[in-house]
Amino acid sequence: MAVTRLRLTDFRSYPDAAIEAGPGLVILTGENGAGKTNLLEAVSLLAPGRGLRQATLSEMARGHGPGGFAVAAQLALPAGAIEIGTGTLATAPERRQVRINGAGAAANALGEWLALLWLTPAMDRLFGEGASGRRRFLDRLVLALEPGHGQHAARYEAAMRARNKLLAEPEGADPAWLAALEAGMAEHGAAVAAARDRTVAALAARLAGQPAGPFARAGLAIEGWRPAPNAHAALAADLRAGRGRDAAAGRTLAGPHRSDLAVTHLDKAQAAGRCSTGEQKALLLGIVLAHADLVAEASGRRPILLLDEVAAHLDPLRRAALFDRLAAAGGQVWMTGTEAALFDGIGAKATRLTVSGGAVMEGG
Amino acid sequence: MASPEIDALTQALARLPGLGPRSARRAVLHLLKKRETALAPLLRALETVNARLVSCHLCGNLDTVDPCAICTDGRRDARLLCVVEEVADLWALDRSRLFPGRFHVLGGRLSALEGVRPEDLTIDALVGRLAAGGIDEVVLAMNATLEGQTTAHYIAERIEAYPVRVTQLAHGLPVGGELDYLDEGTLAQALRARRPLG
Repeated sequence: MAVTRLRLTDFRSYPDAAIEAGPGLVILTGENGAGKTNLLEAVSLLAPGRGLRQATLSEMARGHGPGGFAVAAQLALPAGAIEIGTGTLATAPERRQVRINGAGAAANALGEWLALLWLTPAMDRLFGEGASGRRRFLDRLVLALEPGHGQHAARYEAAMRARNKLLAEPEGADPAWLAALEAGMAEHGAAVAAARDRTVAALAARLAGQPAGPFARAGLAIEGWRPAPNAHAALAADLRAGRGRDAAAGRTLAGPHRSDLAVTHLDKAQAAGRCSTGEQKALLLGIVLAHADLVAEASGRRPILLLDEVAAHLDPLRRAALFDRLAAAGGQVWMTGTEAALFDGIGAKATRLTVSGGAVMEGG
Repeated sequence: MASPEIDALTQALARLPGLGPRSARRAVLHLLKKRETALAPLLRALETVNARLVSCHLCGNLDTVDPCAICTDGRRDARLLCVVEEVADLWALDRSRLFPGRFHVLGGRLSALEGVRPEDLTIDALVGRLAAGGIDEVVLAMNATLEGQTTAHYIAERIEAYPVRVTQLAHGLPVGGELDYLDEGTLAQALRARRPLG
C-alpha cells in the first residue's frame, strides 16, 4: 500500500503541485515554512477524520484562492491502483467530498482502502501534558485495530454528558433516569475499557519482546481509572453509588474517561515524562512503529507512516537505527526535515523531494 | 409570475417534510391542472381530518375517533402492549400487521440535553394502564439510538413493580442484509443476541 501520485489544487500554500513517490521512504526537505507538513497533511486526508493538524476544512483551502481545494492521489495496492480524491467546493467549504475511482463515497469508506499513522511535533508534548491527549492518542491506536471502538466511545460520552446535565439540576435528578443513563455508560464504557486493554496488552507484549538497543523501548500500562474484573456491572454500581460525589464535583469521577496511558522507558525504568525530549520522541516512535506492525499483522496491510520532523530530535545513532528499522519493516514512510543531511544514512532507493516556495522538486 | 394566493400555497407545501420549493411548485401546478380530480378530493380530505382528528386518550394514536380504532378493535390482544416513541412508529408496526396487541405512544424520547423530561412523555399514563391490570407483556419498541435505549431502560425501571413480562425488540442483522455491509456495532450486537437454530 503506497501513495504513488499526489496532486494538490489550492491546498494550503499550494496553488497546484504534483508529486510522484516510490513505495518505500519518501523524504521531503526544505526550510521552515516551506510547506513540507502541508504535504503530509494532504496525505493524511486520504484517511477518514480531520487529518494530522485536526484542522477545519476551510482552513485547508488556500488563502486568497477560489475557496475550495482538492487532493487527488493514486494508491498502489497489491490488486492494482485506485484513484482517491477529496476536497471541498467553493460553494460548500465545510462539506468534504470524497471520490473513490470516480464515484462519490463517504469519508469513512476511505478506511477500507488505506491505513495511516502519523507522528508530528505537536505530539512531543504528549507525555508532559494532561491525560486527555494521551487518551486521544491511545484511542486512535485502538481505532486502527478495532473500528467499533469509535461508536462505543461516542455513545459513552453522550450518555455521560446527559448524566452530568441531570446531576446539575437544582431540584435533584430522577433516579430511574440516572439509572437508565448509567446502564448505557456501563455498557459502552466497559467496551471502551476492554478494547483499550487489548490494544495496550498487544502493544506492550510486542515492545517488551524487542531487543534493548539504541532505540527506546516503551513500557505501556493503563493507569488512573481501571475497570474492575466484571467491568460492566462494576461500573454501573460505581456510578450509582457516586451520584452525590459526581453532583458535587460537577463531573463524573469514575469511568474510562478518567484513565491514562502510562508510558515508561523500559531500559531506564523511568516515566516517559521525566525522559529527555529526544528520548520521548524515540519512545513515541517505538510505539507508533510497533503499532504499525500490529496493524499490518491484523489486517494484512502495512499502514502508511507520516513522520513530521522526526529526525531533528534524534542523535545520529538513533537516526540510523530508525532508518534501518523502517527499511526492514517495508511499507511507505513519508518523512520531513530541514536539511537533506539528516537523511544521509538512507539508501538510494528513497524518493527525495525538495520543497521551496510552494513548489516541489525532485532531488534533495 | 404566480399570484400571491398561489405563492402562499406553494410556500405552505414547501415546508412539509420531504418537500421543498421545487416539489411544492410541481404539486401546486398538478392540483391546479386537475381541480376536480385532485384538488377537490384533497381539500375535502384535509377538511375532514382537520375537523375530526383527535389524539386517542388511551394510547396517543392519531385517529378521527377517540378511543382510536386500534384500542377498540376487539380482535386485538389486550394483554399485549407495545410502547413506541412516536405515532409514526406505531403506524410502521401496524402496517406490518405482525403485532396483534395494542400500543402506547410516548410522544418522544428522554433527552437531558434537549430538555425532554419524563413528565413531557406519557410515561405516567403508561404506568396507569399497567396499574389498571389486564396486561401480561410490555414490548419496548424504542429506536436503537442512545436516547431510545435510555428511554427503554427508564421505563423498565419505572414499571419494575408490576407483574408483567418486559421485552425489547431484537437488535442485529436486518433481514436480507449482508454481513459484509454491517458496521461493527451491529455485528457485535447480532453476535451477542445469537440463538440456537431449530
